Amino acid sequence: MTLLEIDGLRVAFPGRGFRAAPNEVLHGVSLSVAPGETLGLVGESGSGKTTIGRAVLGLVKPSGGTIRFEGREIGGLQGRARRGLSDDIQVVFQDPYSSLNPSLTIGDTLSEPLIIQGATRRDARARVRTLLDQVGLPSDAVERLPREFSGGQRQRVAIARALGPRPKLIVCDEPVSALDLTTQALVMDLLVDIQRQTGVAYLFVSHDLTVIRHISHRVAVLYRGDLVETGAAFDVTSKPEHPYTRTLLLAAPVADPAEQRRRRDERRATATAGVDR
Amino acid sequence: MAQPESERPLTRRIEPVTKSVTAPSTSSIAVARANGGATTRTPLWKKLLRDPQAVVTTGILVVIFALGLLTPLIAPHGPNESVLSMVNAPPGTPGYPLGADESGRDIFSRLLHSINTAAISAILGTGVALIVGITAGLIGGYFGRATRATTEWIFSLIMTFPGLLLLIILMPVTGGDYRATMLIFGVLLAPGIYRIVRNLVLGVKNELYVDAARVSGVGTPRILGRHVLTVVRGPIIIAAAFMVGSTIAVQSGLAFLGVGSLEIPSFGAMISSGFRNLYIAPTQFLWPSLLLGLITASLVLLGNSLRDAFEGSKPKPSKVGAGQRVAEIDAETLAVPPAVLLGVRGLAIAYPTPSGDLIEVVKGVDLDIARGEVLGLVGESGSGKSQTAFATLGVLPNEAVITGGSILFEGRELIGLSDAQMRPLRGKAIAYIPQEPMSNLDPSYRVGSQLVEGVRSALGISKKEAKSRVLALLERCGIADPARTFDSYPHQISGGMAQRVLIAGAVASRPKLLIADEPTTALDVTVQAEILDLLRDLQSELDMAVLIVTHNFGVVADLCDRIAVMRQGRIVETGLAAQIFGDPQHEYTRTLLGAILDESSYRTDPPVTAPTQGGQA
Repeated sequence: MTLLEIDGLRVAFPGRGFRAAPNEVLHGVSLSVAPGETLGLVGESGSGKTTIGRAVLGLVKPSGGTIRFEGREIGGLQGRARRGLSDDIQVVFQDPYSSLNPSLTIGDTLSEPLIIQGATRRDARARVRTLLDQVGLPSDAVERLPREFSGGQRQRVAIARALGPRPKLIVCDEPVSALDLTTQALVMDLLVDIQRQTGVAYLFVSHDLTVIRHISHRVAVLYRGDLVETGAAFDVTSKPEHPYTRTLLLAAPVADPAEQRRRRDERRATATAGVDR
Repeated sequence: MAQPESERPLTRRIEPVTKSVTAPSTSSIAVARANGGATTRTPLWKKLLRDPQAVVTTGILVVIFALGLLTPLIAPHGPNESVLSMVNAPPGTPGYPLGADESGRDIFSRLLHSINTAAISAILGTGVALIVGITAGLIGGYFGRATRATTEWIFSLIMTFPGLLLLIILMPVTGGDYRATMLIFGVLLAPGIYRIVRNLVLGVKNELYVDAARVSGVGTPRILGRHVLTVVRGPIIIAAAFMVGSTIAVQSGLAFLGVGSLEIPSFGAMISSGFRNLYIAPTQFLWPSLLLGLITASLVLLGNSLRDAFEGSKPKPSKVGAGQRVAEIDAETLAVPPAVLLGVRGLAIAYPTPSGDLIEVVKGVDLDIARGEVLGLVGESGSGKSQTAFATLGVLPNEAVITGGSILFEGRELIGLSDAQMRPLRGKAIAYIPQEPMSNLDPSYRVGSQLVEGVRSALGISKKEAKSRVLALLERCGIADPARTFDSYPHQISGGMAQRVLIAGAVASRPKLLIADEPTTALDVTVQAEILDLLRDLQSELDMAVLIVTHNFGVVADLCDRIAVMRQGRIVETGLAAQIFGDPQHEYTRTLLGAILDESSYRTDPPVTAPTQGGQA
């Protein structure tokens, strides 16, 4: 059984100005996420990958199609009904600096969702300690403010916040893009570890194919609001079918001068074919 | 970017320019600030205690309003208790320390009672303004377009009312009671608060942490109260201090004009009566005027202190033409081989901490770039790589101090040069490509005119010549329709295009050295590949040296001849690209290379189907 099933999802934002035509950013995207699985969503800026995540989170309203979570339609849910989903679907955002309220201590940030779910202060405190431990932060972090932490540590806090209500699905919106290389690797290992322990599923949005390949079981490639390719991570990232996926693969520079030269020549040779921007 | 010194999230919007060429702010600065800033975080009240203006004005206000509260105990007479024999008694009369007025009422007692009138006016007027303004501001800012349009319309309407006149016209409604008048005045003041709150809320509601709270199931009222109101608190307190002053002044003004009951003791009524008696008892109007002046002036000054405390001290004036700050350096010229275009020796850059000490972020960097060579300066955030590049351009932020070393460009020392001496080099012999192309183009000028201006100042050619040159350059830089881009505003072109435009501008003068600070970090991978191709082609075509600052080893592998690895302000390893990638010597280089996600590694473990922990299933 699938956990999340998106079918023909369309999202349009109102156009600028009076009676302007709406601007459709997703033109009917269908994908699914199984329990405990990571679906990598890769695409460039403007491809609509973040919008898919936000639609699943209920932060943007779909203009067409369905989003089903455990068989239940959640696309148009509002208010109380939507809030009921918050212990099942959680989020980790890209920017670890603006995703934490700068005037709340880490403890307050982490316990807020728990208390909303009806936990007592004492239970929440105990749970926060477990969570901090789970993401590898010291327990004295409870009393501190976000600005006392580095980007990687803040992202750990954001992950802990998402784990708080024991969700079944976490939407990860470019969670490692703002981090340094070494921190990036650590945070990704943490995400994989947590998945193995808790069986949470990830909808992992990123522009970076290397990151996607490292963490995903399956990969979906988006291009300007359309899904161009879906498949097992290995297949999509090693023998891509769609020319755009191929362009994307060849465009990413590798940290090996000789290999990069070979790839550059290949890319230039195929530059005329496929998707041209 | 961390903002350790800011008290509120919104203050980072008014931080010094972060992205322009003149005041580059990178993570390394943030790190330098964090080192000192985080430890010396001071609560608001402590900041206020250190400000003599705040202490003195608060003291004055406390004393005055405490006297008001104690009036029943200390006032020798009632406010309207008149004694005929005391009409216009001079100051110093026994029992009448400040004398008596035209009706034989004690001026001192009336002053004390007037303080209470003023306090009640302030509480009513400001209270109504705050309640109405904050509520409407939160609603109008947080909810959708239709709601906002409604509140906007209502408050614009309120703003069009001529305040004082309306209060006088409404006399029959209020029955001359100053309290009712002040309630109405509060509504008239509300638009000011409404606008402040609405604007702040509009800024905050799209912050990711508000989204995260929404995803966590936090309801709207709680989001408004907990996440939004905390941000708008500061500016509201400031505005309230000013509003208290203005309500007291308006109440007095109305009383001075004779609006409202004459029974109510108030500064305005007292000043008015004093004026009438100016020739008989010239000091009568003085006392209420002085007290009213003292109260309003204290409130305005306190408001200013509050603003300083909440929003940080005023920005320092920017340096003009002074060049970079340089500490005393031993005048020791180091030998640099003639083949070297840019030679950096022992460069050290420091930033002051709030306690006045200097913290070094670059601690003795040695770099050589030969003519026509591409050097990659790699490191993680906070390693000081951008600082090194900015020092070479002479555009370090104002507070930065070069504490040692030398930068030789074609054998000429760059450290210590004034802006005027640097100008012939910058943009001509040394060019620059920034990380964020968009923020380096002025949104209010067309792309072409910005390029022409730069080209003309670098090369001193005519406008027409410059234009044809810019068009040719744009075409060379891979822009399909140069004429159209030339006439576009920056918001009309994409990020990749903007970077091409800036590259065109940078290479216009055929520079000998091009400094590129993370030139592709903000771009998509496919665009990045094209920009890298362009840079490589231009480099070989113009035979210029390139210093490329980046954290991306892929970019380095693509472009660089040599690599310098930086860590915590020091260069830990330098070498040919093949050597660094193939046989890294330093431990840190190995760590960095090891952190690169392997091209051939895939996720192999199957999805966990049976959750061992969590999940209600």
